[in-house]
Amino acid sequence: MIAEAGLAALWLAAALALLQTLAGFGGLGDRLAPLTGALRGIAAAQGLLSLTAFLLLIWLFARTDLSVLLVATNSHVDKPMLYKIAGTWGNHEGSMLLWVTVLALTGGLIALMERKLDARSFAATLGAQGVIALGFYAFLLFSSNPFARLSPPAAMGQGLNPLLQDPGLAFHPPTLYIGYVGLSVAFSFAVGAMLTGKAGPAFARAMRPWVLISWIFLTLGITAGSYWAYYELGWGGWWFWDPVENASLMPWLAATALLHSVSVLAARDALRAWTIMLALTGFAMSMIGTFLVRSGILTSVHAFAVDPERGTFILVLLALYIGGALTLFATRIGSVRQGAPFHLFSREGGLVANNILLSSILAIVLIGTLYPLIAEGLFDEQLSVGPPYFNKTTMPVTLVLMLFLAAGPLLRWRRDGSGSLPRKLLLPAGASVVALVLLMLFAPDAGLLPLLGLIFAAGLAIASLVPLWGRNLLRTPLPIYGMVLAHLGVAVAAAGMASESGFTQERLQAVRYGEEVEVGGWTVQLLGLDPVAGPNWTAIEARVLARKGEGEWILRPQSRNYPSPPMQTNEAALLSRWNGQLYATLGTQDQQSRWQLRLWWKPFVSLIWLGGILIALGGSLALLGRLWRGFRARYTKRVQEGFA
Amino acid sequence: MSRRWILWTPLVVFGLILMLVLWGMNRERDDFVRSQLIGDQVPAFDLPPAVAGKPGLSSADLAEGTPRLVNFFGSWCIPCRAEAPQLEALAEAGVPIDGIALRDEPAKVAQFLDQYGDPFQRIGADRDGRLQVLFGASGVPETYLVGSDGTILAQHIGDIRAEDVPGLIRAWKAAP
Repeated sequence: MIAEAGLAALWLAAALALLQTLAGFGGLGDRLAPLTGALRGIAAAQGLLSLTAFLLLIWLFARTDLSVLLVATNSHVDKPMLYKIAGTWGNHEGSMLLWVTVLALTGGLIALMERKLDARSFAATLGAQGVIALGFYAFLLFSSNPFARLSPPAAMGQGLNPLLQDPGLAFHPPTLYIGYVGLSVAFSFAVGAMLTGKAGPAFARAMRPWVLISWIFLTLGITAGSYWAYYELGWGGWWFWDPVENASLMPWLAATALLHSVSVLAARDALRAWTIMLALTGFAMSMIGTFLVRSGILTSVHAFAVDPERGTFILVLLALYIGGALTLFATRIGSVRQGAPFHLFSREGGLVANNILLSSILAIVLIGTLYPLIAEGLFDEQLSVGPPYFNKTTMPVTLVLMLFLAAGPLLRWRRDGSGSLPRKLLLPAGASVVALVLLMLFAPDAGLLPLLGLIFAAGLAIASLVPLWGRNLLRTPLPIYGMVLAHLGVAVAAAGMASESGFTQERLQAVRYGEEVEVGGWTVQLLGLDPVAGPNWTAIEARVLARKGEGEWILRPQSRNYPSPPMQTNEAALLSRWNGQLYATLGTQDQQSRWQLRLWWKPFVSLIWLGGILIALGGSLALLGRLWRGFRARYTKRVQEGFA
Repeated sequence: MSRRWILWTPLVVFGLILMLVLWGMNRERDDFVRSQLIGDQVPAFDLPPAVAGKPGLSSADLAEGTPRLVNFFGSWCIPCRAEAPQLEALAEAGVPIDGIALRDEPAKVAQFLDQYGDPFQRIGADRDGRLQVLFGASGVPETYLVGSDGTILAQHIGDIRAEDVPGLIRAWKAAP
């Protein structure tokens, strides 16, 4: 019964999405105008219904109802509860349901909260949301029904890919989805703005919180995903330029650019067409990302089930939505009045530079990701594009971007004629010089890129704090703090990346009990091996003694075996110190009964993820500041009205 | 008006990407991995029958004038069971298939054929897996396309899936 109820909720939600589309776009003309009044209610109800469907699916997974095909193929009676529940979205159908649920809930939230937009833009925006949701409902109901029954029911269930059995899985996909869906909201706003021709500051202010939310979650999702790959895959790397990783990076790049241009639009009413274009690009990138991941047309370490029919479905949706919106852009953007002009040497100018550079990186990543297909299609050549291409092409642009990032926030709006920029940049430049001298003294043979990365990071770290200089810190608005923190986060993450790539030391050695290995100033010794058993796995666990100076630590890397589905994984052991991480994985036993130990010493590697968290935290402060300001404005207005 | 065309470029770029991935989805995945033996004559061998009532297989049988598939299988091999319907389909499409039963016993082979179907014209028994090594096979199941003169043309590693069947038929038809 639960499954049938879930399916019914899904159908009802789809019907409401259709109604929402009609009512929303109907608001543009006159004939369906009466429906528009009901729009808020429709959108809210759609959100609730799809949430119901999703909760029912979670329930089915929690009780391991093996008469449901999806549960039987992706869960197992012996699985720990956390993973049973996380298993709900650890598969294609469930994750698509999660996608549409987040989308519908967001639509409901817009319907209930949005007060800044004029009625027509509001209706058109919700109409666009309805169309997007409708496509995904159709996808679920016709080609990926999560509630399909299995008869006769399975006995045990097939289990979940053990690599995915990790607390990270419980949060990683939902986080990214909120990010993707947030971009779909920005997309809907942009479509609404193109339809009504109103793309001014009100549109930007209405869209901004959603862009911020999306961007915060994408940042967190990418950071978490990177850390997951780092410790779970046991390869010691934190970013592989894998198509699936790129699929999450590209929307983030677009969202970052969008976030900045939407600020220009909100503050100065400039960059109208460009902001709309970025809003479309952001969602296009998340759809292309979803498609690349789901269709399996690119080879990736993320082995998702490949299904041509589903790939085609997403492709059709992609073509309809993005193609439609881009056509709208080409035909309607002319009617959007040009925004305010500005001088190149200004805050706007800096932000435009930021946008151009971010878009360039986006283009580089997109081309690199698709290049294997291009090469096969045009030159009949099988190849893969790996880190060498991506690092060589993106790093120089990133370094230039860091320069603009340091200088941009110090410029004034409209036209900076004060000539104060060189003075403001004095201290950051000093920091860079100090970093250069220190590196020359202590680490003269780090490569060029790591060296530049660290020098730029030092300058940027100081420069990011300069906007606070001379301000009353108690009266500084939260969004300024947000910006400072996010930019500081970029510097921190860049320092971590540069240090990791420049100074990592690696040892791969087959060792006997008691044998010692040196790596990065550490002495590492294999003490012994213990069998251990977890809830649904067994493992060989190594006891590894790591010594440095007086300190002694025990690391316990594991080689795990999962019986269902049968699979072996390596659980790395990490020892975090203030100046880096010691990373150990246990390999296989060789014929002389020696064990393979793989060891890395990675100086300051944690800064990468700390930086990611700072960036997201900065975004959250900005969001909080904006929401608070909006709330206060509304409240003050009400109080004044009360007095009048 | 001179700037109008710029507004269409995003759509054009998007269209190009769309065409690219559309092609990417419909291209044929070629699962034949070139091995050392491709282009060489099959190694000389003469295997006894693996089951009663069906002839064994020798290298001479493979060079008798029609291109054919040689399938390494075992009654103990689970993917071989999954592969059986596809072999059946290939045989129905007119592709001659010979089998080589690896490290197997006649009774078990007979039971396997009974249960999962018998698409084979001849089945040789490779009792110790020597021929598997001579063919350069990496595991079971594995299938070779052998030309009419006994040249190894292609090798399919792992079980043949339903989506591989059309490609195999095409390759067989094109074989010299």
